[in-house]
Amino acid sequence: MATVVIPSLLRKFTGGAERVAADGATLRELIRTLNARFPELTGDLVENNEIRPSIAVSVDGEIATSGMLEPVRPDSEVHFIPALGGG
Amino acid sequence: MRRRQSGDTLVLIEAQLTASQRGLTMAETAASGNFKVIGTRPVRPDGVDKVTGRAKFGADYSFPGMLHGKVLRSPHAHALIKLIKIDKALALPGVKAIVTSADLPEAENKSEQAGEMAVNPRHLSANILARGKVLYDGHAIAAVAATSPHIAEEALRLIEVDYEILPPVMTVDAAMAPGAPILIADLRNKEEGDKPTNVATHYQFKRGDVEAGFKSADFIVEREFNTAMVHQGYIEPHNAVGIYNADGNATIYCSTQGIFDVRLLSSQVLGVEVGKIRVVPAEIGGGFGGKTTVYLEPLSVLLSKKTGAPVKLTMSRAEVLRATGPTSGSKIKIKMGATRDGRLVAAQIWMAYEAGAYPGSPVGAGAMTIVAPYTVENFLIDGYDVVVNRPKTAAYRAPGATNAAFASETVIDELAEKCGIDPLDFRIKNGVQEGSPQVVGPPYKRIGYLQTVEAIKNSPHYKSKLTGANRGRGVASGFWFNAGMQSSAIVNIHPDGTASVVTGSPDIGGSRASMAMIAAEVLGIPMTDVRPVVADTDSIGHTDVTAGSRVTFATGMAVYEAARDAARQLVERAAKAWEKKPEEVELRDGMLHTKGNGVPPVSIKQLAPRFPRTGGPIVGRASLNARGVGPAFACACVDVEVDPETGKVQILRATVAQDAGKAIHPSYVEGQMQGGTAQGIGWALNEEYFYDAKGILRNTGLLDYRMPTCLDLPAIDAIIVEVPNPGHPLGVRGVGEVSIVPPPAAIANAIYRATGVRMTETPMSPPKLLKAILRHRSSAANAKAAG
Amino acid sequence: MSKKTLVEATINGEATEFLCEPRQSLLECLRDVLELTGSKEGCLTGDCGACTIIVDGRVVDSCLMLGVEANGKTISTIEGMAIAGQLHPLQRKFLEHAALQCGICTPGFLMSAKSLLDRNPNPSEADVRYALAGNLCRCTGYDKIVRAVLDAAAEMRGCGAGKAATR
Repeated sequence: MATVVIPSLLRKFTGGAERVAADGATLRELIRTLNARFPELTGDLVENNEIRPSIAVSVDGEIATSGMLEPVRPDSEVHFIPALGGG
Repeated sequence: MRRRQSGDTLVLIEAQLTASQRGLTMAETAASGNFKVIGTRPVRPDGVDKVTGRAKFGADYSFPGMLHGKVLRSPHAHALIKLIKIDKALALPGVKAIVTSADLPEAENKSEQAGEMAVNPRHLSANILARGKVLYDGHAIAAVAATSPHIAEEALRLIEVDYEILPPVMTVDAAMAPGAPILIADLRNKEEGDKPTNVATHYQFKRGDVEAGFKSADFIVEREFNTAMVHQGYIEPHNAVGIYNADGNATIYCSTQGIFDVRLLSSQVLGVEVGKIRVVPAEIGGGFGGKTTVYLEPLSVLLSKKTGAPVKLTMSRAEVLRATGPTSGSKIKIKMGATRDGRLVAAQIWMAYEAGAYPGSPVGAGAMTIVAPYTVENFLIDGYDVVVNRPKTAAYRAPGATNAAFASETVIDELAEKCGIDPLDFRIKNGVQEGSPQVVGPPYKRIGYLQTVEAIKNSPHYKSKLTGANRGRGVASGFWFNAGMQSSAIVNIHPDGTASVVTGSPDIGGSRASMAMIAAEVLGIPMTDVRPVVADTDSIGHTDVTAGSRVTFATGMAVYEAARDAARQLVERAAKAWEKKPEEVELRDGMLHTKGNGVPPVSIKQLAPRFPRTGGPIVGRASLNARGVGPAFACACVDVEVDPETGKVQILRATVAQDAGKAIHPSYVEGQMQGGTAQGIGWALNEEYFYDAKGILRNTGLLDYRMPTCLDLPAIDAIIVEVPNPGHPLGVRGVGEVSIVPPPAAIANAIYRATGVRMTETPMSPPKLLKAILRHRSSAANAKAAG
Repeated sequence: MSKKTLVEATINGEATEFLCEPRQSLLECLRDVLELTGSKEGCLTGDCGACTIIVDGRVVDSCLMLGVEANGKTISTIEGMAIAGQLHPLQRKFLEHAALQCGICTPGFLMSAKSLLDRNPNPSEADVRYALAGNLCRCTGYDKIVRAVLDAAAEMRGCGAGKAATR
């Protein structure tokens, strides 16, 4: 199962857990699994079945470039981080 | 570059180069010195146009029958618009049209992906023409098109606006205070529920147990920092020419960092389909992040639609300062702890950034960069994005990171001093390297942070002795993420064997040169045989902004892939002619060879004229959403002399080391490093938005918003460090931003050594520094008297 | 609308006539009337130097001069710097030293530098920095601009390729 690292302010929705194991071969499947366990969590991450524009997802240290279709491996580590712009 | 055999390994010795060079095909080529073009310093392909005045920047465009537009701007920082009367202005001879927000469609209040950032179309639209309320001095209210810019200006004076003035909210403290006037009635954040607020977003990053961390610390430093709002200060004001055709299609000529962003954002504001807008990139006179959004572009189309004529708008310098997107002023409270032996063990940081009139400060990036160069076991970082009655901020070179580093790098200097450790050694001891966790969690891949610090440590500058009264030396480091995102490229092989490279990345600092060099390297032809073209939005695949240090990285990756695609087709073509398999043919130094014995080699020049009879044109293509972004680090050393009577700081010497990954054109890499350092020096010493009590900007010209001249600066030594980025075929990281980050802290640390004063606010301008020096003197005298 | 005035001036060696309104700056006349858009507008207050030209041998911010004041004057702009397609040594050295990034300030710097070298063929680094202090560049940090001017001066004095100033 992949490991999802929960952003600090959303840990209240996971009972304080920082790292959550979840199944899924893509981000979409992973988020579906998360949603089943922590229904309040995913609303801040996903909107209309897409990653929110204000959020970037890092899978194994690489910023996802395929949105919800980004592949996730069973040993992947997934982080949700604020999207940011450069100058 | 000298070379030495060491056992069976080829070791590169260059003062600047401490990188290990393994693991990369093309980087191996680099290590073996086999690059023919990359790493050299050719003249840029657009150079002659730029030194003869022939290059066409946005304001240089004109069209038959063109009208000129001007924008009416709010004289108040915060007010309701009760009424706008335009009839007198419309009656002025020569005035052709006037538009207000009533001419724009209602835009949706939502968050939408637009280029680098999430954009709220309603806020974007209201920033272009205020809807019911003005939120800052200079906020656009109406736009006029007339037969000359002077008539348009006269017409502005005839537009009557009734305001109900509201109290201005100018600082994060004022905006976050209980009972503060609210700027945006429907703004909410997650924590305050349905309560109106000026705080748009709260970010938090946490690692370990910060309280336990401080308990284990022998030294703790706690300080509060304030930085002033500053502007990118590009020399070319914003501009746009809009041409709306009767068939519903529009063309925009403008100077922008992102043509596809201008297209998308203009389509959102105007309610026009993206496909009906074509954006043509003019040459761009600087941007530094400030030209990644739209101001005039939708207005030019709107006015053109209303008049049937092309309409040009250009901003004055005062408009640029009052009403474009400077970067945030900020307040940062920081507490850091270290053990006696110099190990950073805890950091607790509270930071609030001025977003300006609408949400979107770079405080999230600030929070993610503030301890990024260090392995701190325990931290708690809270960041707040706060709206205030100032212009909506835009990106500025490593957005958010310079404010943050001013705070953290000053405190780290102080901790190093308490531990009795050299400030560079302290950084090396705590510095991140491959495998260290980033603030957001995932480990760093291969990075060159320690190498930048070592490069400064070994520099002639740091090794020299600084002598003389009132002089001091300071060092500081900086981190920036860099960006990937989407890029496209086309490589055409011409009938004479030369090539053109087409991209969608506006060339803001010489990137045509690096694009041509990459294609030339792959094809094995001279760089002068490659003509780079920056195309419009209908002529190239989607390409994100020239920002985030991403052009040489991501568009360079696309050019590399497109050139390889062309090379592959050349090989196939030659193989076909020779009745061989493609595997039996290779392209080397611009020549097609058969492997082993066979046909004599043929050059691309010989093959190209035969394309029509061997299968048609050869066009290499690539479009990608770049992965493998490599972060950038920089370290700077600055010597200052402080005049204790006036508080004026003179920069005596400055050196900056930065990890470029691989420098494609070293002169332009140095140029980015020197330019970023100069902007950092301006930020540190002079530049600030100065608002009066009513929230009116008082320094709206370049005499009072004073940027460094060449008399203010010394020669700036640039040391290029090359630790190849494993995520890029050529090892490129991107170099445009991080050099701005270290200077303010390095200068504050130098001032401390010169005067004994720790400066905690920017700009460290003469009045502020003098006040601090006098305070320091009197407290020292009091201590002496008491002692 | 105010009446236009006929102005006669020598611009880049050519006797030139143009009509201008009393309120138009010389910069506006150059750019919008004569289509010499190489001189740039950065501030309109004489602070940035992007519109620098040479009038009767003196460096002038063309945004601070009225078009009507150009009557009878001899004016050089960036468009006249390369002669018959041959770049001036300053132009060449700016390219060789990568002394420009975006290029918007470049015409102004070249005109200020040309005026300096016309007066002083052997300037020190301090002389160069002083002469260019009225021109703002936000991209380069000035380092490469100063080196390019010193190198051009050396070449124009006949000191070979001016290696002293090259890195």
